[in-house]
Amino acid sequence: MKYAEILHRCFRCGYCKFTLDYENFNCPPYRKYRFDTFAPGGRMWLIRAWLNGEIENSERFQEILYSCATCGNCVEHCAFTFRENLVDIFIAAREEMVNGGRIPPPVRDYFKAISIHGNPYNLPAAQRSSWAADLPVQPYDGQEYLFYVGCVGSYDERGRKIAQAVSRNLIRAGVSFGILGEREPCDGNEVRVLGESGLFEYLAETNIALFRQLGVRKIITLDPHAFNAFRKEYPAFGGDFEVLHYSQVFSRLIESGNLKPGNFAARVTFHDACYLGRHGGEYEAPRNILRAIPGVELVEMRQNRANALCCGGGGGNFFTDILGGEGDSPSRIRVRQALETGAEILVVSCPQCAKMLEDAIKAEGLDGRLTVADAGELLDASLRGH
Amino acid sequence: MESIVQALAGIVGKPYVSASAEERYFYGRDPGLMPAHAPDYVVLPRSVEEIQAIVRLAGREKIPLVPMGAGMSLSGLVIPQRGGIVLDMKRMDGILKVNEAARYAVVEGGTSTGKLHAHLNRYYPRLRFSTPDSPAAATVAANVMIHGQGRLTQQQGFNSDMVSGLEVVLPSGELCRIGSCALSDDWFSKGPPLPDLSGLFLGWFGATGILTKVGIKLYPRKKMRDVEIFITDSPDFVPGILYELTHTEMAEDINIFAQPLPLIFSGNHHIVIYFTGDSAEEMEFKKRTLFHALDGFIKSKDGGFMTVGEGMKKTLLDMPQRSATTFADVTKGGGFEYSGPIVPIDRYPQCSRKLDELAVKYDLKYHATARIIDKGHAMMFAFSFTFNRADADMLNRTRMALSEASEYALSIGGLFWKPTLDEQRIALEKMDPQTARLMKRIKEELDPQGIMNPGNWEGI
Repeated sequence: MKYAEILHRCFRCGYCKFTLDYENFNCPPYRKYRFDTFAPGGRMWLIRAWLNGEIENSERFQEILYSCATCGNCVEHCAFTFRENLVDIFIAAREEMVNGGRIPPPVRDYFKAISIHGNPYNLPAAQRSSWAADLPVQPYDGQEYLFYVGCVGSYDERGRKIAQAVSRNLIRAGVSFGILGEREPCDGNEVRVLGESGLFEYLAETNIALFRQLGVRKIITLDPHAFNAFRKEYPAFGGDFEVLHYSQVFSRLIESGNLKPGNFAARVTFHDACYLGRHGGEYEAPRNILRAIPGVELVEMRQNRANALCCGGGGGNFFTDILGGEGDSPSRIRVRQALETGAEILVVSCPQCAKMLEDAIKAEGLDGRLTVADAGELLDASLRGH
Repeated sequence: MESIVQALAGIVGKPYVSASAEERYFYGRDPGLMPAHAPDYVVLPRSVEEIQAIVRLAGREKIPLVPMGAGMSLSGLVIPQRGGIVLDMKRMDGILKVNEAARYAVVEGGTSTGKLHAHLNRYYPRLRFSTPDSPAAATVAANVMIHGQGRLTQQQGFNSDMVSGLEVVLPSGELCRIGSCALSDDWFSKGPPLPDLSGLFLGWFGATGILTKVGIKLYPRKKMRDVEIFITDSPDFVPGILYELTHTEMAEDINIFAQPLPLIFSGNHHIVIYFTGDSAEEMEFKKRTLFHALDGFIKSKDGGFMTVGEGMKKTLLDMPQRSATTFADVTKGGGFEYSGPIVPIDRYPQCSRKLDELAVKYDLKYHATARIIDKGHAMMFAFSFTFNRADADMLNRTRMALSEASEYALSIGGLFWKPTLDEQRIALEKMDPQTARLMKRIKEELDPQGIMNPGNWEGI
């Protein structure tokens, strides 16, 4: 297994599961399960035990490995020099499981859906652009930017609304962009983190070939997960593109005066998406959008930026639901944290976070007290005069 | 076995009970070098009532029961020597009360030292507790249970001396309060002026009961904090230096470290002096007083103050001190362990020379660290070795070095701190027989079935 030579170096001291100030545990599966086996140190010791033949690849072991949200909190807070590799180690262990042919059924089904249909929803590619049916969005044909929407933005009802709002803002600002529609393959970020490196390689190469064929040089992504794959993983396959998350584009457009947000009176708080923040290093662009909207009062949760609690959707859990949505699941804890700020809107910058947190609000019975909006949607609403 | 799982699930809820191989593997060992032994069950209680029900179940079924915090003692104190139930206390992590005027806090039995540290920083910036250098995950209850030390130990003694009350589930399942909290809701004293019953539990590693609440004394937190380092190349001067420094009553904390690597530290003993104040004038006065206290050593050229760069200051002033943990990866091996006897401070030179000898004999990388306790009545001297967990030969050499260090420490009048089972055994063998018999009677009276953390403090 890749990184096997690092496993024994974990001291299981537990710094990895905290916030930086130690006020709270911040590892999503540890927050839910509370067994030390579900914290990064537990996974390190168990992976080593598995490779040494001291434990089996059981359902419990699979649950321990696949409930990791790959959120990167451990990378931020581990005390040791190998911290940068922690998430890579957990992904490598999943790869080892995939190669051994014993993985949780929802993970297997996810791979099958991507492999057969090109998306996790088992829906036809022809429906991939239906979200844009009522918008003057053009197919990509040499425009300055490719707007890469991704599976969630294309098929999920909540994600489609965000894709529409982001598109409207791009059109208003006069950005030259097009979409791939039914030609758009899955970006593969979750395929990779769930451990199917062969399928990810295929998807990356397919995307890169298509982008090159179409002359794509600049990409705007809706989803921070695609943003991560394109920026950090595709270069290893020769895919060097200028990649921006939509929040970065809007932040620049606002700064340059090409987008002038209207009034929108609301007290809001912002949830950092792990693949934009901790993985992407971008904490300010979405906040810049919020600060630029007159009437918006931004109040931070105690746990923000590198200390933000993941919504629990990362690492493929959005699709496999292994981390689940019970009482102490991270998404439900996160909406409680948002409520503590007194905000009426919980703003996100990721369609997966939007869905996870919206479901958590329902489960917590907070309908009417807290709503979820994407930063792109809030900007759209302000520009529409709502 | 299945019926026990069901019974435990009936108490704490199914998600919080495990008899799976994964939990049995992980909870059957700690980061140190003690042999593993798996529990049969791992349980995560959320309330005192749940713990009482678990203890009664264990009593009925004669199942061993081991309470656990973060499991960071390194000496195997929560390895379930005879299987049974490991009770991971960390779901009980509330901070129940802070009495600012009387300067104490009451926390649940699984509250981490990190969480208390953060809570005081946020809500009570003029108060602090004796933050230990163990990782932030270490619990307050476990820290006092092992007579841990922290940043205020030089001034106030062991962290267990700073306990201001206890709530304990006895091996019978009964709930008992110790100290002023036994008479009222005030947790200001663990005993005096009444008989101090906290000694029935502190230092017993859960062999006489389970701490479900701990009252812990808080102390003034000054606005400023700084650190200076005095170095000498001879261990023989260290006791005298410590005597002069503690005489000033100006230091917050005094630690000593000596290590061969990196080479900038080689050959010297570093006396790390922390001090605090509420104003620049107070800081300057304390610093000047501490410096003057060592004039004699400077004039005789037996030592001097070194320049402490900002980076090093930041590392030293960190609370908890994360750098203490990173010693585990010096050999890129993920482990360290120490024999940390409590010894009079005049034994520093002997301990230091013995550590040098052991490091050469067993070809190990070492770190000597010592912490002054209660203005110099004693010190904890750690014979600390880092090891590579993947190197079986190095693990064996480290075990032998630690064993030899323990025997040596006992021979020079030391007391074992958080002793391993072997250290407990040799301590009991050396102990006054009447004292050992008294301990035996206490254990048998409180835990007649011998279900509480069995293996510990046995052989009496």
